[in-house]
Amino acid sequence: MGWRFATNGEKEMSNGQNGAELRLVTPGMAIGPSSGMRVGSGALAQNDTIIATRLGWVKQLNNTVSVDPINSAYMPRSGDLIVATVAEVRNNLWFMNVNGPFQGLLPMSLAPWKVEFGAARQHMGIGDVVLARVQEVDECHNVVLTMKGVGLRRLNQGSVHSVPITNIDRLRGEGNATIQRLREVCDCRIIVGENGRVWVDGDAEGMAWARQALDLVQTSGHKNTFEAELSALENNAPKNGDA
Amino acid sequence: MGGYGDVQLLRDDGLRLDGRKFDEMRPITIEAGILPAADGSAMVTHGLNVAVAAVYGPMEAHPRKIQRQDRAVIDVRYNMAPFSTSDRIRPGFNRRSREISKVIAEALESVVLVERYPRSKIRVEIEILTAEAGTRCAGLTAAAVALADAGIPMRDLIVGVASGKVEDTVVLDLDKAEDNYGQADLPVGILPNTGEVAFLQMDGDLSPDEFNLAMEYNFKAATEIHDIMVDALKRRYEGGEN
Repeated sequence: MGWRFATNGEKEMSNGQNGAELRLVTPGMAIGPSSGMRVGSGALAQNDTIIATRLGWVKQLNNTVSVDPINSAYMPRSGDLIVATVAEVRNNLWFMNVNGPFQGLLPMSLAPWKVEFGAARQHMGIGDVVLARVQEVDECHNVVLTMKGVGLRRLNQGSVHSVPITNIDRLRGEGNATIQRLREVCDCRIIVGENGRVWVDGDAEGMAWARQALDLVQTSGHKNTFEAELSALENNAPKNGDA
Repeated sequence: MGGYGDVQLLRDDGLRLDGRKFDEMRPITIEAGILPAADGSAMVTHGLNVAVAAVYGPMEAHPRKIQRQDRAVIDVRYNMAPFSTSDRIRPGFNRRSREISKVIAEALESVVLVERYPRSKIRVEIEILTAEAGTRCAGLTAAAVALADAGIPMRDLIVGVASGKVEDTVVLDLDKAEDNYGQADLPVGILPNTGEVAFLQMDGDLSPDEFNLAMEYNFKAATEIHDIMVDALKRRYEGGEN
């Protein structure tokens, strides 16, 4: 096997082993030796080496090496507040698109209305948008949603936008400061779902501005220039007298 | 691949018709994230080949009969655009595109951590805009970059590369004339970090020594292409701090 010259971990072993600096890694890239370290998400141990399985930033915390992915699919977790759309309707339940690999199931017993068997379509049809909470996710990735709870409801007006899952924290900001700022600037109601869907409702000008802000989160949410770009956008907001 | 004896594929000065050395690749450029609507995308320009790949998902697998309870399925659709060659290609699936879709899907399944997403589907669309021999390799490379761009977990970035034999000489990265009139073609999918081969096809005959030399060329080229892939992904997210 004269051509089998590359062995795992030969490349990129020289820097970032202690995780002191943020390092962008691609799938298959060696992060460092696995001895004495625990392997977190976005990485796996292979032949005494920790390798990245995702495109993202290496993080090391309490002897655990992980990769914070730049892009990721939404993986539902119990208790998540999400904005979901109806994908299928059966006699006694709805299948919901939760913007993830698996559909969520909303049984009529967990809907906010008293639903007779066979009357599910009278309450919600395909394409309707709801604010729901993830009730349960089992080991087979079966997702059960609930609409019983304060504020959980069908969203009859407004518009839904998508932002990358990994930029949601950036959109919310420290202690929800950024999203609160956006709400005040555009004078709209904004609900950020954990699944990367954002519901916006308000007047046309405010919604148009909110859309621009969410587009900015989509394109520049991962950049260190995000705050500056958002501030520049705020100066052009309709409520600031420019429009 | 029958070998046309009257077609000269190597020049008298020992170089190939386009001036390349035996172990020299055609120029290759890669760009990640070119399609805003896709979850991940990439474009590979390899010689005159232009391959665009788009990744959607993971998503609920439909129809439900294709679902696997323990893993995701990778649904690859390789297609050559009607205008990709000088002779117009009839649009739609044909025997060749079905075969290439299948081998690329199987190669990708060996690197993607499919067990993370049971019952779901990852859709990979590969469109060849211009073709000049080696489109399955360009398509595979584009698909790997698009999967990484989409945040799909993988063991490694798989690289598609090919070697072959012309006029009894092993050469790297066949162009159109060499592919049409050469004696053998050996496209492979390589995992550069682990040194594994995820897919291998051979058209024509190679002796064991020629095969080893062709694989040596392929591995050397795979390392170079892998660096370009990594660079393309890093370039897309430069300025990021997370």
